[in-house]
Amino acid sequence: MRVLICIKRVPAPGARINLTADGQAVDTTNLGFTMSPHEECALEAGLALVETHGGSATALTVGRPEAEEQLRYAASLGVTSVVLVPTDGNDWDPQRTARAITGAVEHLEAGADGSFDLIIFGNESADSGGFQVGVRVARALDRPVVTGAKGLTVDEDVASIRREIDGVQEVYELPLPAVVGVKEGINLPRYPTMKGRLTSRKATVDAINATGEAGGQAMVTLLSPPEVASHLVVLGDGVTAAPAVVDVLDELGLL
Amino acid sequence: MTVLALIEHDRGRLVPAALESLTFGRQLADRIGTELEAVTIGSTADGLAAHLGEFGAATVHQAHHELLADFSADGWADSVVTLIGTGNPHAVVASGTDRGNEVLAHVAARLDAPFVANVLPTGLETGADRNSPWHLTRVRWGGSLHERAVLHADVKLMTAALHRVDAERADTPGPATPAPFLPVLEERAAITIVRDRVERTAGVTLATASVVVGGGRGVGSPEGFAPLEDLAQLLGGVVGCSRAVTNNGWRNHTDQVGQTGTRISADVYFACGISGAIQHWVGASGAKCIIAINTDPGANIVTKADYAVIGDLHEVVPAIADEIRRRRD
Repeated sequence: MRVLICIKRVPAPGARINLTADGQAVDTTNLGFTMSPHEECALEAGLALVETHGGSATALTVGRPEAEEQLRYAASLGVTSVVLVPTDGNDWDPQRTARAITGAVEHLEAGADGSFDLIIFGNESADSGGFQVGVRVARALDRPVVTGAKGLTVDEDVASIRREIDGVQEVYELPLPAVVGVKEGINLPRYPTMKGRLTSRKATVDAINATGEAGGQAMVTLLSPPEVASHLVVLGDGVTAAPAVVDVLDELGLL
Repeated sequence: MTVLALIEHDRGRLVPAALESLTFGRQLADRIGTELEAVTIGSTADGLAAHLGEFGAATVHQAHHELLADFSADGWADSVVTLIGTGNPHAVVASGTDRGNEVLAHVAARLDAPFVANVLPTGLETGADRNSPWHLTRVRWGGSLHERAVLHADVKLMTAALHRVDAERADTPGPATPAPFLPVLEERAAITIVRDRVERTAGVTLATASVVVGGGRGVGSPEGFAPLEDLAQLLGGVVGCSRAVTNNGWRNHTDQVGQTGTRISADVYFACGISGAIQHWVGASGAKCIIAINTDPGANIVTKADYAVIGDLHEVVPAIADEIRRRRD
């Protein structure tokens, strides 16, 4: 089967997020980059399906040229081809991103390898969290879509998807080709092997120019939320603090 | 011209966030001087109408269709699109939950219209007339960052960020006049239905537990969680963990507290050996009281906590459990 996994390069913030002076972006001066956690699991899900059923996995991202780093990471895990849809540097709105991905998918599917049986997205990106790009792409390609997947198996031409919301587990069965949005927890992503790391350096990054028309939502500026005032009370050092901790529990009526 | 609130429910059981988004919708309707309407999908939810009236709903549209016995993103979206076609609402608001965001994404995809996920109740500027762009604030990074955005759309589609609006009854209840309708469902709604459904037995879950004892990288191993389990059990709570722990395979992802895990609402959260990256804080900050146990007094979680013990969790946690037992004897 032929699987496409869509990923997004995002900063890996630590204890706080700092903004650039113009408020247009996260200040990444001292930050590394990663992909959204749900997408690490999307990659794992795609690779596992190809291991079981044969075929090939492709990873695609819409982003700046630096997003090659995340594509090469995908290649180091075993993805057979990687595709960059370059942007002008600014984050695109969800409609524009979906239009660009749709255009890129149509371009890829017009090639000799044909259609993707499954396109896998992360449920939402870690940074902007728009909860919609995968659903829009599915619509544009006229394919069924289920998001929030915590389980994914394929049998013949049907994808079986399990998800859980507020203690209710739901099972869906989608005829392929289909689109799935997965959530962290669906699997435990693998780490790259040394051999994978070496080969990924030589992987060819295919660029597809698919710009997409801007949508109706635009970012004006980013803002840091108001700081929560600290009320920290240090109860003590080591085991000697235990009675003070239990006093707090007692006050809260938890004993 | 109205504000339409999509009411999230599961087989007629109201989801608490639905009342937050209904309140959000009422504040929006008041601001632009129009009526608040609600829509429930599936006949299992018909009984909710009167309750929605207490929150100000003038009309409660009720989508009835044989394919709508269970939740269906396609069926729900088709129902909302049907109502947009007949009622031409100014805005549609849903809850900022998995299902709320999912359904509005489907609605937006059908209309090829923008959809703004997780909007805050503050900072909304709606403009003079229907064609004016709206300015609003939404959350990013699970709430660790805010975004001012401008929205150009005929029908404004948005979800209300979770737990940012208190669900409040209206000063003047609405009549909540039921208005049943037959939605126009696409063929796909018969394909993307729920094929099987299991309701897990109720018990103390991470999301609802009153006490959560969380462990991070500092716990060191799967076995290291034994004292945390003991403390949780003593207090009728559950064990949680950070993403570092699940990535190491020490515990199942269902125990993970954070942006891509569970958001807790405990009375007390013990954060043991957790540094407190923003993604973890997003899941932990719903706790009313946070007690951090960490060897590093400068750890992010310590500076944000209500109480802290500076020390080794492997010694401190058992000492707390011993002290509880001693006082109960």
